[in-house]
Parts: sequence; C-alpha cells; structure tokens
Amino acid sequence: MSNSGLRSERNRAPRPRLSALGVLGELLVTAGLFTFAFLGWQLWLNDIILGSAQRDQALMLSEKFLNAASPEKPGSATKVSVSPSPSSFDSGALGAGSSGAGSVGDAGMTAGHPGSAMTTAVAGSDQKFANVYIPRFGDDYVRTIAEGVDTGVALRSGIGHYPGTQMPGEIGNFALAAHRTTFGAPFNRMASLQLGDRIYVQTASGWYTYVFRSMEYVQPRDVAVTAPVPQRAGLAAQDRILTMTSCNPQLSAAERIVAYSVFDSWQSLTAGAPAPVRALAEGRN
Amino acid sequence: MYAALWHILPGPIWLRVVTLTVLLAGVLVVCLTLVFPWLNSFINATEVTVKK
Repeated sequence: MSNSGLRSERNRAPRPRLSALGVLGELLVTAGLFTFAFLGWQLWLNDIILGSAQRDQALMLSEKFLNAASPEKPGSATKVSVSPSPSSFDSGALGAGSSGAGSVGDAGMTAGHPGSAMTTAVAGSDQKFANVYIPRFGDDYVRTIAEGVDTGVALRSGIGHYPGTQMPGEIGNFALAAHRTTFGAPFNRMASLQLGDRIYVQTASGWYTYVFRSMEYVQPRDVAVTAPVPQRAGLAAQDRILTMTSCNPQLSAAERIVAYSVFDSWQSLTAGAPAPVRALAEGRN
Repeated sequence: MYAALWHILPGPIWLRVVTLTVLLAGVLVVCLTLVFPWLNSFINATEVTVKK
C-alpha cells in the first residue's frame, strides 16, 4: 500500500501535462520522420532490395531457358552475324547497318534453321519472355523483360516490352521501358551507355546481341520513338532496332530518355552465352 | 505524448530504453514490410513510357 502510494507521489510531480499543442507538435515531428523514412526506403533501400530480387528472378528465368534448351538439337548451335561489325560504326545515322541487317534475315531464312530458330513468339500480357544483360550497367546486371508497359506489372518486376512493337531480332523496333528510379530502377544507369556497348537479350530461342548507337531526349507524348523506324512512323523497316525508354530527368516525369541500339548477331542457347555474360547467365557469377 | 509513454513504461531507465528500442524496431519493421509498399502502390508506375 505504502509502496504504491510512494510511487504515485513520486510520479505525480515530474509528469508533464498533456497539452493539445504538445501532442500536435510531437505528431508532426513523427510524421516528418515517417516521411523521411519512406523517402529513404523508396529512393534507396527498396531499389537495392528490389534490384536484387529482380536479378534473382532473371537468373531463374535464364536457368529455365538453358534447361529447356539443353537437349542438343541438330543445327541449333548456330551463330549469325551482321556486317558491318559494330567496331566499324561511325557516328552516322541509325540506318548505317541496314543492308547488313537485311541480308542476315534473308540468309537466315534461306538457310532454314537460323532464321526460324531466331524467332521469339509474342508473349501474353505480363508474361516474362526474355532477359536483358547490359555489362555497362554492372557485371551482374540482368533483368527480365515482360510483355506490357501499361498495367505496371511488368515495370514492377523489371523491364516492360511495348505491346505491338517487334520481338527480339525481328526487323523493326523491339521497344522496352523501365524505371530509372524507384521500383528497382532497372534503367538507372541508362545515361552511362557508350557507343558500341553490347546489350544481350536472352529468350527461349537464343541470344540476340544489340549494340548501342545513340541517345535521344523526347517529350512524353513522342510515341514515334517506338515506331518500326524510330521517329519515322509509317516508313517500312529494314533494320532491327532495340529502343529503351525511361524517365528524364531522374525522379521526374517531364521528359523521356531514349536509347537506340542496332542488332548485331544471334546465336542459339546451345551455342552458349556470349562470353561477357556467360558466367552470369549460367549462374556462376 | 512521448513523455507520457516514458512514464507509463515500467522498470528502471535502462529497461525503458531497451523497451523503447524494441518498440521502435517493431514500428520500423511494420513500416518497411507493410506500410511503405502499400503507400508505394499508389504511386504511378508507368511514367517511363511514351504514349499519346
């Protein structure tokens, strides 16, 4: 009895009164800390967590592709190259490789195996159908490509493919979009791409190597960048283009950054991954 | 508010500090795993594309 009496006596003196203003102030301070915590999570911590998860997803898809392709098929271990080689690229227009790219398709089709094997079937909405490896973005950079850019499902899991644009290796435009910040930020380092950088696309059908050519900054409504011939809507395509779009500047939706790459070569999964990404693709990184 | 919480907590100062640390860690875990992802789902995820 006396003990609890003492205690309440002791507590009563220093206990401050709860004032409405004091509580409001503390709530506001709490809200501020909460906001900073959310921003730290969204802009930094979650990108690390999601980026790692997206990479793991991509490596699982790679394993699936490689396992499915492991029974050796006759004539599947083929490599198709286009000339001019990317090393001979000048700083000219995108169309520079057109004659070479066109001849690959023709040669492939007439030879039978490479042309038909090079085709990747159109994927269902939100379905992951490919991986993309970009050594410039990091030695362990790999992300999935899923069909669709509107629902947000593909863009939350990695990279999205503009529906209606071409598939990898096809004549026309294989157009992709991904976040530059937040949601794992797959295209965070897009502005660091250099002329000649290789971009490797892996599907169930094989490896498509693209070579980065040029960068462009456009308005958000400039849909012509995903046309079969970028910025020339209605023109019949002869080249095999890979277009990547993301937001610009970072953390803003005011503009879009667009990176164009041209097709260089194709090789079957059984021919093995291109050397720079072989260890990563086979899960040995 | 926080002063009241401090007084409600039992035990000596070190125990209250430990209790508060555990409480804070719990709040952070709930934020990181539930609240922040939920908030994030309201943020437009498709502003990286070109469209009409």
